[in-house]
Amino acid sequence: MTAVSEAETKVPLKRRLKQAERARQLKAMALVLPLLLFLLFTFAGPIAGMLWRAVDDREVRQVLPQTITALANWDGKDLPDETAYAALASDLQAARAAGTIAVAAKRLNYALNGFRTILTGTARNLKSLPEPGTAKETLVKINRAWRDRTTWTTIRDAGGPVTGFYLLAALDLVRNADGAIVAAAPDQAIYREIFARTFLISLGVTALCLILGFPVAYLLAALPPGRSNLLMIFVLLPFWTSLLVRTCAWIVLLQSKGVVNDSLHWLGIIDEPLRLIYNRFGVCVAMTHVLLPFMILPLYSSMKAISPAYMRAAASLGAPPLTAFLRIYLPQTLPGIGAGSLLVFILALGYYITPALVGGAADQMISYFIALYTTETANWGLASALGAVLLLATVLLALVYGKLVQGQQVTGGMKN
Amino acid sequence: MSDSPSLRTPSQRIAWTTTILVSILVFIFLIAPILAIMPLSFSSGSYLTYPLPGLSLRWYGDFFNSPRWMNSLKNSMIIGVASTALSMVLGTLAALGLAQWKSRFKPLVLAFVLSPVVVPGVITAVGLYFFFAPIGLTGSYLGLILAHTALATPFVVITVGATLQSFDTNLARAAASLGASPLEAFRRVILPLILPGIASGALFAFATSFDEVVIVLFMAGPEQRTLPREMFSGIRENISPTITAAAVILTTVSVILLATLEGLRRRNERLKGGG
Repeated sequence: MTAVSEAETKVPLKRRLKQAERARQLKAMALVLPLLLFLLFTFAGPIAGMLWRAVDDREVRQVLPQTITALANWDGKDLPDETAYAALASDLQAARAAGTIAVAAKRLNYALNGFRTILTGTARNLKSLPEPGTAKETLVKINRAWRDRTTWTTIRDAGGPVTGFYLLAALDLVRNADGAIVAAAPDQAIYREIFARTFLISLGVTALCLILGFPVAYLLAALPPGRSNLLMIFVLLPFWTSLLVRTCAWIVLLQSKGVVNDSLHWLGIIDEPLRLIYNRFGVCVAMTHVLLPFMILPLYSSMKAISPAYMRAAASLGAPPLTAFLRIYLPQTLPGIGAGSLLVFILALGYYITPALVGGAADQMISYFIALYTTETANWGLASALGAVLLLATVLLALVYGKLVQGQQVTGGMKN
Repeated sequence: MSDSPSLRTPSQRIAWTTTILVSILVFIFLIAPILAIMPLSFSSGSYLTYPLPGLSLRWYGDFFNSPRWMNSLKNSMIIGVASTALSMVLGTLAALGLAQWKSRFKPLVLAFVLSPVVVPGVITAVGLYFFFAPIGLTGSYLGLILAHTALATPFVVITVGATLQSFDTNLARAAASLGASPLEAFRRVILPLILPGIASGALFAFATSFDEVVIVLFMAGPEQRTLPREMFSGIRENISPTITAAAVILTTVSVILLATLEGLRRRNERLKGGG
């Protein structure tokens, strides 16, 4: 009897607890939801939109719809037939009336240098719709490029609605007239070098930060808390100082009539001012200055966690100091080294402001070109494709970073 | 030398001395540039070199009498305060939710919430530029406030989350058992306890917005230029001592923020030590 009644009261209680827990979980989700929706609108949506622009290719299709349809069945081996020429002539007439030639011309010019002239020139000289059957003859007469197979494959390949053109271009690749992926022409193949430069500068800055940051973190971790807190100000003050202020400070220090050159001249060490800024040296110095705290802080917290007992144990077991340091201390700082280096490297990859202000033309990193193509030349497809490559690299490295710190720093210890 | 870990051999002493010397050089490297430009802002001459020809406040006068600089200071304040307020609300709510939420998707959600910190500024800026232009949010305060809030909120989530981790959930239960409504329990028990976390999150959020320049470069019209944006143009064109005055003002704001944060941290530690 008692067993039955106990079971009767137990089940509802269990269910009630479960219900209460479910309500709690729903409430918890409801609290996170506003931020998720907000970030969807102000962050994820915009980035997804940018990624879409990297493959979106509808300009030519909108301006030359009949031509794209006519070329759909073209085998691409020989010149297209009369219908394609007639469709193009009709499209050009319509586009000229609508004033949209420039849109298609701009896109086609990305794929084939000089296409802008071909398209606008042809549209301008095409006084009226050619008689049926004479479209090919008329167009070729206006511009001999229409006898070229590449002209037509370029239009076909830009027919969208999606394309790999910009992503390939971001990696210095193009599709040739036969659709095979080949290396881009040397004068257009600049992005691999820019990616390599971005990578190299980031790597150099990371190495500098590690070399400079390690002894400082070691010192801060070894000193008693009172003193290390005081010295920590030297790390935290630059950390909190505006990036613009720090960049400005380096220009004032390093420019040809700057503080460093003046002092060296005054001391009689140099006669001519050294070139310390608007070159690679200036970029590396300023970026190292900005990113050094991001190295010191994770290194410091990993070193702080190492018990001094290990080193004492190593010493008491007869290890010479250097051996103890290399084999006992250093391995324990590896997670900190990894976290700090990855963090600095990730942040360095996306740097824009500092190289833009203290670098020369040959020191600009990938972000500079993304900005340039967005605001100056309005080649949004290429800007987005370069952005997509940078984003991919950042996300991959951030995933490694997340694994490395195992939710300790990156989540603020919120992982249960 | 008495601070050192254990210095028994000469080689250890040399290593320790080297560490100290290198560290001093690095500290100089970190702090000297910031200190070096400060006196220049008080120069009476217009060249940015030492020795100063004389002292004057003319560049500060320039700064405070220039409509361009004053407008940018005002804009930085408006955008900074508004995005801080918005990120405090969104971030605190989310941190409270995340602390209670148990799901295998939680790490994913957390990674998403924190990702604005990691994604390069140019990518966020370009995305926002494309996304906000058609709906009229470029060249507007609202657009900049929304964008800065997205960048700043992760810091609030992190700091409030860290405070919640040391938060004793029994306190909330005790409040409930004593008859407090959930809202009352939040207002009178939870909020006072996590307030230091919210405050440090707010400081981080404000600093993030106050220092941000990439998004402003892409999205601000001439009316919304902020102080860092104005400095960016100034550095590009020609560095006048007025910029060093602006730099000193910006640094002063940073020092105030840092000192407040440090004060909060000390207070928190004292409370923890006392309790």
